[in-house]
Amino acid sequence: MTTLPRVRAPQSPARRAVRLVLRSPGALVGLALVLLCVLMAVFAPLVAPYDPVAYNPVDRMQGPSLDHLLGTDLYGRDLFSRVVYGARISLSVSAISILLALAMGGVLGALAGFHLRWVDTLVMRLTDILLAFPAILLAIALLAFLGGGFWNLTLAIAVAYTAPFVRVVRASVLRARREMYVEASTAVGASDSRLLWRHVLPNASAPIIVEVTLRLAYAILAEAALSFLGLGTPPPAPAWGQMIADGRPFLETNPWVSVGPGLAIMLVVLGFNLLGDGLRDALDPRLRS
Amino acid sequence: MSAAWLARRLVQGAFAVLGVVVLVFALIRLVPGDVVTQLIGLEGNVSAAQQAEMRRLFGLDDPLPVQFGLWFADLVRGDLGTSLRTGREVFGDLMLRFPVTFELALLALLIALAIGVPLGVVAALRRGRAADLASSAFVLVGLAAPEFWLAILLILLFSLKLGVLPPNGYVPLSDGLWPNVRSMLLPALALSLSLAAALTRIVRSSMLEVLGLDYIRTARAKGTPERRVVYRHAMRNALIPVVTVVGLQVGNLLGGAVIVEQIFGLPGIGRYALEGINLRDYPVVQGAVLWIAVSYVLVNVLVDVAYGLIDRRVVYA
Repeated sequence: MTTLPRVRAPQSPARRAVRLVLRSPGALVGLALVLLCVLMAVFAPLVAPYDPVAYNPVDRMQGPSLDHLLGTDLYGRDLFSRVVYGARISLSVSAISILLALAMGGVLGALAGFHLRWVDTLVMRLTDILLAFPAILLAIALLAFLGGGFWNLTLAIAVAYTAPFVRVVRASVLRARREMYVEASTAVGASDSRLLWRHVLPNASAPIIVEVTLRLAYAILAEAALSFLGLGTPPPAPAWGQMIADGRPFLETNPWVSVGPGLAIMLVVLGFNLLGDGLRDALDPRLRS
Repeated sequence: MSAAWLARRLVQGAFAVLGVVVLVFALIRLVPGDVVTQLIGLEGNVSAAQQAEMRRLFGLDDPLPVQFGLWFADLVRGDLGTSLRTGREVFGDLMLRFPVTFELALLALLIALAIGVPLGVVAALRRGRAADLASSAFVLVGLAAPEFWLAILLILLFSLKLGVLPPNGYVPLSDGLWPNVRSMLLPALALSLSLAAALTRIVRSSMLEVLGLDYIRTARAKGTPERRVVYRHAMRNALIPVVTVVGLQVGNLLGGAVIVEQIFGLPGIGRYALEGINLRDYPVVQGAVLWIAVSYVLVNVLVDVAYGLIDRRVVYA
């Protein structure tokens, strides 16, 4: 009697991707940085040793010490606590804005890729117009006319980063539409919406996930830049960009006021970049060996 | 590159410019309430009659298409309106400030090329060795650090600690080339680092790809000296993607210039726009945004054309 060769069940693409990401040191470091920042934001009251907005004139303008890991600012506020709470602003603005951008870009991109020729032309010309602005300038312009604040800031960043999502989603949908299984599904009479949700979008998700991760890094940088310019959440909210701007007059005496929050921005952005690159390598079928 | 393609690309560019014009026109209508209510909020008591007069001056009483027609007609004549604060022509102000932004962006581009290309080539040639790792570290930091923060670190190091470069202020070119460049060096360096990082990355991967191609092996097999293989055969083709990256990144360069000009007190278009924003000088903001977006579109058209000229393999359908 012959024994049948043992056949391993094929791995799902998602599990395969997770395995590949976990095997890449860069992506792991990225994931760790992102998780660290998310935890810091969620558990800010537990992590931060002081109230981020309470004035404490006695302790003003101190350098880093064991009491104050990053020192204190002009009003004696603990900079480390402010950086910890700042993660909340940075992450929530960027996450909401990228989700909004994905929703708007996703709808437009799916419409463009899925349907009539003139819809496609219209959407793509609109996208060209948005892309004619450097993203940060578009956000600045919108805020200049809309006014600042949390929601306007979020909306401005979302609009500024909508165009790339239109392109990615459209390209993915166009690619998926040519696949045999979509053709088969059409042949058996599946409705358009079933085609889109059940077949096209799930198979188009890999490049979209990568785009979301990498754009989160851009959104964090944009939020920081806009609050640096005073167009973000109003003080005393501990926005990282605003904190860097606040420290500028005191560079000579206490550089930590500006340096500390900048380090935080850099580490989070680095985290999303590394994670995004890792995901791209893991999910891109062309790179699979 | 065919004439038909060139014509189509130009038409496409023109459409983008037109779209930008419409969008900038629409922006001012986004102001909550309207422009007049916002401005009055700053000035205090203004009678209803004066408000109506201001609305008439802004042309806000006309139907939207008429407003746009009038605005567009002025625009074509090079009239971007006058500043609400200084009464000066916005177009004239922009012409005065454009050279500063242009010089800043150009200098940043040159610095980025001077850092990125050699670093990328060296990283590819010394793959996996110390030089490659160092360049990877530079790429990661350069892409993650915000330029305004880098600007502050550079001021801290070069101005406050070493005292070799001025922390802010602008010296016009008419006061001599070196004093002018000296005042631009730190801002340009701050602006260039993320582009330098992006270039390093693309040059490295492009160089690695080209070095693995058959024609390079052929060149080596013929006994071509390694230097010649690297610099003459490989680099010429490996640098083609650099043009694309530069084109894509000019937008970041122009956007970043807005912030960097503000930090270093350079009287460029970005700072003009931000001053306009702080004073709610809407025509100024409109003019500056329009100017930057239009120059961005033009640069991208130029980059596409240049790409067609450099790489003969590119056939635009």
